[in-house]
Amino acid sequence: MPHDHPHDHPVSRDHSEPRPAFAALLDQVLKVLDDKDILTTAQVTAQIEDMDGRTPTEGAKIIARCWDDPDYLDLARTDLQAAAGQVGIAMPAYPKFVLLDNTGDVHHVVVCTLCSCYPRPILGPPPVWYKSRNYRARVVVEPRDVLAEFGTTVPQDKKLQVVDSTADCRYLVLPERPAGSDGMTQEQLAGLVTRDSMIGVTRLNVPVT
Amino acid sequence: MQNPGCQPKFHVGQQVMIKDDAALGHCRTPQYVRGAAGRITSSIGHFRNPEDLAYGGSGLPASPLYWVEIKLSDIWTSYSEDATDSLLVEVFEHWLTHSPTHSDKRN
Repeated sequence: MPHDHPHDHPVSRDHSEPRPAFAALLDQVLKVLDDKDILTTAQVTAQIEDMDGRTPTEGAKIIARCWDDPDYLDLARTDLQAAAGQVGIAMPAYPKFVLLDNTGDVHHVVVCTLCSCYPRPILGPPPVWYKSRNYRARVVVEPRDVLAEFGTTVPQDKKLQVVDSTADCRYLVLPERPAGSDGMTQEQLAGLVTRDSMIGVTRLNVPVT
Repeated sequence: MQNPGCQPKFHVGQQVMIKDDAALGHCRTPQYVRGAAGRITSSIGHFRNPEDLAYGGSGLPASPLYWVEIKLSDIWTSYSEDATDSLLVEVFEHWLTHSPTHSDKRN
């Protein structure tokens, strides 16, 4: 395609696949926003780079400290934004971030049935399955079957609570601390924490060495 | 967001029903919970109305948002798992009504 101005492709992207029809509209909207200095190409690129730079490693630091430091756990339960800030995660003031305690009595699993709301500042971009229609439609109808597909069996006498992230809250699951992790440092504990356990589709074990 | 001029109408522990209304445009109340009976577990705070924000409005005045817990067996009559299994969902006040008189179950 001939280029007659410098704005055709304002944001770097994969050119190996055909672009969907709406991409041309997106390009034009971005061009207008850039021309009017409402939202510059540099700002869009910086936001993408910031989000791509965030990973579940950030969330694992929160979980490890919650297990190890009761005062920090209290803070995380009342103000997860502040708790995330204390482990060095830059947090927005909005939306509200909420910690969900998985315990011996209740197991939480998170979904966004309406779209793909996810605690991105803490966990980075969501996995593909989290955004799939399959997961979003089924986990509110047959959650125990869906969890079984992740290899997770929730005992029948334990309450399962599906949390649908419908509006202004984003949820981080605090997985149960695995047996056999006594005496570990926070860094070692963080190494046990997986992304999926912080969404609530899996539980954690200490690997057998 | 605080908005002391608009006190929440519902309190923690109260039984409520989610309105079974049609939405004319964007809204954050999923279809599958409309008409279901549940219980307020917390008042989350005041947030801008997404049904106005979506169309360039201010979303003000900010509206009370609640956590509503609904038994999965009250949403799906075919739910055959543990009877205590539940859904927690964020619902804006204007989607809630008092004292449900029936539970609109569906399969």
